[in-house]
Amino acid sequence: MASETIAITAVPGIDRPISERLHDWIVTVDHKKLGILYIVLALFFLVVGGIEALIIRIQLIVPHNNFVSPQVFNRMMTMHGTTMIFFVAMTVLFGFGTYLVPLMIGARDMAFPRLNAFSFWMTAFSGLLLYFSFIGGNGLYGAGNAPDVGWWAYAPLTARAFSVGHSTDFWTLALIVSGIGSIGTSVNFVTTILCMRCPGMTLGKMPLLAWLNLVMGGMVFLAMSPLTAAQVMLCIDRYLGGHFFDTQAGGSAVLWMHFFWIFGHPEVYVLIIPAFAFLSEIVPVFSRKPIFGYPVMVAATVCIGFVSLSVWAHHMFTVGMNSYANSFFTITTMAVGVPTGIKIFNWLGTMWGGKIEFRTPMLFCVAFLFQFLIAGLTGIMLGASPFNWQLSGSYFVVAHFHYVIVGGILFALFGAFYYWFPKMSGRMYKEVLGKWHFWLFLIGFHMTFDSMHIPGILGMPRRIYTYEPGRGWETWNLIVTIGAVFQATGVLVFVVNLLWSMFKGEPAGNDPWDAWTLEWSTSSPPPEYNFATIPVVRSRRPLWDLKHPDDPDWKYE
Amino acid sequence: MGSAVVAPTRTEPEWILPSRGRVGMFSLIAAESAIFTIFVVAYLFYIGKSLSGPMPKDVLEIPIFNTICLLSSSLTIHLAVGALRNARVNTFGLWWFVTMVLGTIFLVGTGREWHHLIFDKGLTISTNLFGTTYYSLVGLHAFHVTVGLICIVLTMIFALFRKVEPAHSERLDVFSLYWHFVDGVWIIVFTVVYVIGR
Amino acid sequence: MKYSGQTRGLVSKIAGVGVLLIGFLLAATLCFGGPADPSQSLNIFKPQSTPADSIFRLSMLVLTITGAIFAVVFSLLVYAISKYRRRGDDDGREPPQVYGSNQVELAWTVIPVLIVLVLFLVTARVIHSIQDAPQPPGAIEVIAIGHQFWWEFRYPALGVVTANEMHVPVSDPSHPTPTFMTLSSADTDHSFWVPRLAGKTDLIPNRVNHMWIDPHETGLYLGQCAQYCGVQHAKMLLRVYVDSPEQFDRWVEEEKRPATVSDSVAEGRRVFETTACLNCHGVSGTVANGRFGPDLTHLMSRDTIASGAAPNSPEQLKLWIRNPDAIKPSSLMPAMQLSEKDLDALVAYLETLR
Repeated sequence: MASETIAITAVPGIDRPISERLHDWIVTVDHKKLGILYIVLALFFLVVGGIEALIIRIQLIVPHNNFVSPQVFNRMMTMHGTTMIFFVAMTVLFGFGTYLVPLMIGARDMAFPRLNAFSFWMTAFSGLLLYFSFIGGNGLYGAGNAPDVGWWAYAPLTARAFSVGHSTDFWTLALIVSGIGSIGTSVNFVTTILCMRCPGMTLGKMPLLAWLNLVMGGMVFLAMSPLTAAQVMLCIDRYLGGHFFDTQAGGSAVLWMHFFWIFGHPEVYVLIIPAFAFLSEIVPVFSRKPIFGYPVMVAATVCIGFVSLSVWAHHMFTVGMNSYANSFFTITTMAVGVPTGIKIFNWLGTMWGGKIEFRTPMLFCVAFLFQFLIAGLTGIMLGASPFNWQLSGSYFVVAHFHYVIVGGILFALFGAFYYWFPKMSGRMYKEVLGKWHFWLFLIGFHMTFDSMHIPGILGMPRRIYTYEPGRGWETWNLIVTIGAVFQATGVLVFVVNLLWSMFKGEPAGNDPWDAWTLEWSTSSPPPEYNFATIPVVRSRRPLWDLKHPDDPDWKYE
Repeated sequence: MGSAVVAPTRTEPEWILPSRGRVGMFSLIAAESAIFTIFVVAYLFYIGKSLSGPMPKDVLEIPIFNTICLLSSSLTIHLAVGALRNARVNTFGLWWFVTMVLGTIFLVGTGREWHHLIFDKGLTISTNLFGTTYYSLVGLHAFHVTVGLICIVLTMIFALFRKVEPAHSERLDVFSLYWHFVDGVWIIVFTVVYVIGR
Repeated sequence: MKYSGQTRGLVSKIAGVGVLLIGFLLAATLCFGGPADPSQSLNIFKPQSTPADSIFRLSMLVLTITGAIFAVVFSLLVYAISKYRRRGDDDGREPPQVYGSNQVELAWTVIPVLIVLVLFLVTARVIHSIQDAPQPPGAIEVIAIGHQFWWEFRYPALGVVTANEMHVPVSDPSHPTPTFMTLSSADTDHSFWVPRLAGKTDLIPNRVNHMWIDPHETGLYLGQCAQYCGVQHAKMLLRVYVDSPEQFDRWVEEEKRPATVSDSVAEGRRVFETTACLNCHGVSGTVANGRFGPDLTHLMSRDTIASGAAPNSPEQLKLWIRNPDAIKPSSLMPAMQLSEKDLDALVAYLETLR
């Protein structure tokens, strides 16, 4: 068993003063600490973004509600989206990647540790900058405050004429800074994966998590940069009198949409691909089989990466593009579903014939499979352009993308949390609490997001602070809000579990899951230098080879 | 423990991976290319769409001299790094100096062109769509030249203090990738603004 | 903590039944649910116009195909997690390590590609049939201009200008009189969405979009703005009245007439024309020709004010003029700071604008 440590475990002993330990965390360039910092930052913003969601749902629980004013609602709507995408999802996925990639490829750290730290702090500060808008954004007539232009900030609503005060500027600048952080992190990912693999680990032998983070990193270069460019253009419009999106001067509002969605669509693939990575690591271990079709999984991911760059205008089916453009984006949108579906089938193939253990990480991954299937299918519905003309801008779309982001990405993330928590903290979480979290969140998720499709079909647009009674929307909105309460409770249980287990959990050992990738060969938590000696590998599952010397992977791959 | 995986009689094959600096710089170049692409797309989209104000053919003069200087600086930086790699430190210093001068000439030239456009032709970033897209695109490029030039000046100072050694040639080679990128972008900007756009 | 196989089987069965129940409920709701009063329905699955109808039929095909895919994959997943779970009496050995299968991969690549191809071809036909439909000679032409937070409707060929409530004739398939709309915006992006009549199309400044509807039955059809346009996006409501040919002609006649002049409300008219009202509002046949706000020539012909935010009654009208924020906070209608006497006179005047 590979529980024979190849690392020298840290000697517990002298407690350093808290100021020294805090300083350590602030100046660290160690990828493991930075990974944890990213994750903690994301958890903080998850709670903040969740509160914003609850405010939205309480306002919408009945028609003509007065829980918050329209201005506050529009700010909550904007901040919820912006926070969740940039400061929760991207942040936590970068965090897991930063923590895991060097360990899984047998390296001691990322390629550029100081860039790593710089990128994290840029992200953290940009989050603070965005939230500073609540107190610093006031302009004329108190019209400022937090941004209220929606997270997609369509022109010309963002022009000085319509967006008075500085609230929009906080949004723009925070995202420029966060974009710099993201590009820095991706440079690190790509360089680390290409240049720092341990001997024997060819590209065809590295864990799928490494492959998927490589593809994600490449996509960030191509996707994040258009957003940065568009934000700069918006700043030029707002402050230097530019006319990029100034319709009065002949500028085009649709140009902003194109630039934004050229970022926005690949962005959601940037988010889902690391979630795929978690699935590809967790499902095999809990099915006790290798991933089914490794080369196909790699090819499908690369394919998704490329095709996803060509689908962006399916967010713009209603802006009046001609029928040829609409047809083009319909076919590319449907086409990207093919490699995505292939991945679902491969995970199914991994489980098939296996011996599935339903521990908490696997529960979340199994739920992901069902939910991502549904999300993908509603995506196909939305990809059919005429159907989109009815469904877009309605709660059907909101239901679809929350199905992907919550039902897909967040579920995979919870799975990843439970799976790697023992490695990161050295302690085991409480399985009972894990299961409570799962079932509470599952019920809440389905209550909310299954129901949410219906108001969309019944004609309820999105981004509205209230709605008219008598249209059949009331009951569904009520159910949606109640489900949110269940989800919040589930997240509470999760946080309690994490905190309690961090201090009182059972020691986990190196390899509590009997897994096969390199991170499980070192101690929990790993020492600063990761491995005593750089490992040499011969197959995709080096620890399987160690544990099964009579039947190693390299004989069959 | 890891060595137990390898069969003892096999000789380990050489394990060579690409250099971190190069891959990092190419990644950065990829990201920057995407940013420039968006500005170029905006420029191309807005050609001919200004509602008023000066038009490109009325005010733009083709900056041949500037372009020659900037593109030559790619050659001189290449010569400089080559010289350093071969331990010819003085030759390196000379070519590096020439690179610095050529880059500076380009920036000064751009500054003069802008001065002329603003004060003599009345074209500013807020005049019309042409003004906005022109100053943004050329300005973005000039910003990248400026950053590169700052690095070049710093290196020049180090070189004058004899702190630059042949061992640094790899690092400067990676930097020169950035400089080549900046020149490459200029070829595109030049074509879009002064050839197609006029 | 491990559950026994029996517990798991039970849970699976419960889950399966639950799913079926939910599915049944959803289907039932979609077919029979929604509001009792059909004019209050914005259900996209109850189309009353050709574009909405084409979309409905396409959506049924898409739902069938995706439903079938869902049923197959769902069943396989349920089967996998129930059959291949670790049993209580497991021998502890690892299962056969299968790395992949090229034939299987090929199969589940080719089949989805074929499905996508079929779906795309059907969809492309519908796209063309809706977007590239030629305008027949009997068509009514309407120009819709989006404002923050109201709708301007102009019928250039008929000489009609109105706001927020659009009247169109019902279209008889044998002798079609569809309504062809040109869409643009005076400020930010908006979107015209009346679900039972057509998919939505955006109103974008400095851009001209087109859409058409050919309602099959008379009645009132509701909708609202579907592109976030600012603070009061939620209350930029739409009312489309589909009239019989006679009703429509009568409506056009009344709308074409200039404003009624009545001496009994001369005081109110004076208030209107000497305070800031006419800076924004137009009343044809008078000096008022503001274009920033809705045209008020036939204000009383409308059922609602403030783009559907309030019913068109004297009390609501008075409240709207005195304190618009009470009805639609942050709309661009200013509180007019009139004395009660002036306000009463003004409302009396407005009440004559039929």
